[in-house]
Amino acid sequence: MSSAPISNAPAAGIGLPRGQQRLTGLGSAVATIALLALLAAPLAVYPVFLMKILCFALFATAFNLLLGYVGLLSFGHAAFFGGAAYFTAHAAKVWGFEPLLAVLFGAAGAAAIGLVIGFLAIRRQGIYFAMVTLALSQMVFFVFLQAPFTHGEDGIQNVPRGRLLGLFDLSDTLTMYYFVLAVFVFGFFAAWRIVHSPFGHVLQAIRENENRAVSLGYRVERYKLGAFVMSAFIAGLAGGTKALVFQIATLTDVAWQMSGEVILMTLLGGLGTILGPSVGAGLVVTLQNYLAASGLPVTVVIGVIFVLCVLVFRRGLVGEAIHLLRRRAQGLPRR
Amino acid sequence: MQAAPMPVASTEPILSARGLTKEFFGFKAVNGVDLDVYSGTIHALIGPNGAGKTTVFNLLTKFLSPTAGTIRFDGRDITRTKPADVARLGLVRSFQISAVFAQLTVLDNVRVALQRQSGLATQFWRSNAVLSRLDARAAELIEAVGLSSFSETLAGDLPYGRKRALEIATTLALDPPVMLFDEPMAGMGVEDIGRISALIRKVAAGRTVLMVEHNLNVVSDLCDRVTVLARGEILADGDYAAVSADPRVREAYMGSEHA
Ligand SMILES: Nc1ncnc2c1ncn2[C@@H]1O[C@H](COP(=O)(O)OP(=O)(O)O)[C@@H](O)[C@H]1O
Ligand SMILES: [Mg+2]
Repeated sequence: MSSAPISNAPAAGIGLPRGQQRLTGLGSAVATIALLALLAAPLAVYPVFLMKILCFALFATAFNLLLGYVGLLSFGHAAFFGGAAYFTAHAAKVWGFEPLLAVLFGAAGAAAIGLVIGFLAIRRQGIYFAMVTLALSQMVFFVFLQAPFTHGEDGIQNVPRGRLLGLFDLSDTLTMYYFVLAVFVFGFFAAWRIVHSPFGHVLQAIRENENRAVSLGYRVERYKLGAFVMSAFIAGLAGGTKALVFQIATLTDVAWQMSGEVILMTLLGGLGTILGPSVGAGLVVTLQNYLAASGLPVTVVIGVIFVLCVLVFRRGLVGEAIHLLRRRAQGLPRR
Repeated sequence: MQAAPMPVASTEPILSARGLTKEFFGFKAVNGVDLDVYSGTIHALIGPNGAGKTTVFNLLTKFLSPTAGTIRFDGRDITRTKPADVARLGLVRSFQISAVFAQLTVLDNVRVALQRQSGLATQFWRSNAVLSRLDARAAELIEAVGLSSFSETLAGDLPYGRKRALEIATTLALDPPVMLFDEPMAGMGVEDIGRISALIRKVAAGRTVLMVEHNLNVVSDLCDRVTVLARGEILADGDYAAVSADPRVREAYMGSEHA
């Protein structure tokens, strides 16, 4: 007889209880090394570039919380990212909020937008959900285009970074970097905690078999809405932080292209993996940087890379790596 | 004299439908069904394929909205209640196509079923290590359906009969007064049928069960009452002996299966 049946391969590299346990040891090792590397990184790499990566990595992590772990494809996440950027920028510049408070205010605003969009979209399934989120986020875009406080095409410029808790001057790039890193670690850990919480356990059940979850008495819309708002909040943390890093909030961050970009980052890195979206974000931001200097058409090149990746690495970079490790972990001891 | 509080159950059905009708694009899959399920009984719903049995289940548990008719459960009108809320009231169903959480282990399947009533379902800020609180109860349920040695197996990897057993365990986890099973033994071998049949008898103690079942030996053995459905309408209703003696039933359904 052949060996024991290999567990069902997940459709999109989505969280696996059994394999995950085996990889936990590896996971914490990777986390420690990554954190140390991030602490030391500004010694070697331009900090503003790193901060940009961290902001997008957090944004993609928030997006993945929804698509990777609940199975909801939002095509409107720019509304949360860009919306928070405006709120944070306005709070910091006009109201003189302390930077941490300004970022939290931005994230709370994003969560509020998320509550409204989520409430209207959550009853739709599959592609209709994506279309409703796109439509509603476009409405948000036009609101920001028209609202006086956003200054239309100019955006909110010269946003002061301020003094963190009144103590640390964030106009110092390195200080700012560690602030951004702290926000990232917090948001990243929050997403990880949600996925591995009792609530996350129910979300996984809903994704596996929604009807069965309903028949067990779960009001699944509320769980999905909860996850949607949490995702919007974390995306808002990312957007608000980005506004402070670049000291500007513009329409670019609320435009639909931004919603597309985060999907791309997530799929490239690995949907439904904790680390994938960050890796994808790092890759895309790096490519954008180099390509911008080279004069090549950025969108086209990234599009081609994306298509190739999807064809060759269906699970995304991190997804494929985990798959490989898992296969070896299952295969080697048996033979 | 003051009337003593009556055990309502014996006279009032715990679950009843009146004039239940479901149209799909003009086709009446269920047509004017009156159904009474009494507390503490095992009640079979039988009928040929396409008779509308699953549709009746979907209507009773509100996975489908009836085109016409009313449904009462435990003294309440649930005609317009949402399916999750029907389950919360204590009317819990299984599915014809086995419904398990395939990528979760057997243990985690049962934990999910236990989480809601333990107040652990919405906690997003805690580690799911707290779910181990549910393990003792989960182990009992898993044991009750004979799956103890499969606790750590992914539900999707279980053989078919075991999946059905797991589904019964997750249904039982809610400790519902009324359980609906849609063909719990379909496609099973003799051994599995015996086991699930014994299991249903065991779990039915102190509860009410409504089940769709094709195997008439099981029905006659297990069920107190039988309702026969054909082409969306009720053909006969009563105890097994009376129903099986009904010539229309023999013609429509049993005649072909009972040589
Ligand atoms: N969602 C649906 N849409 C259209 N027709 C349906 C639907 N569900 C069931 N039907 C039809 O209703 C009839 C009864 O189906 P069903 O309740 O599944 O029968 P049973 O469970 O008794 O075999 C069948 O003719 C079936 O094709
Ligand atoms: Mg059926």
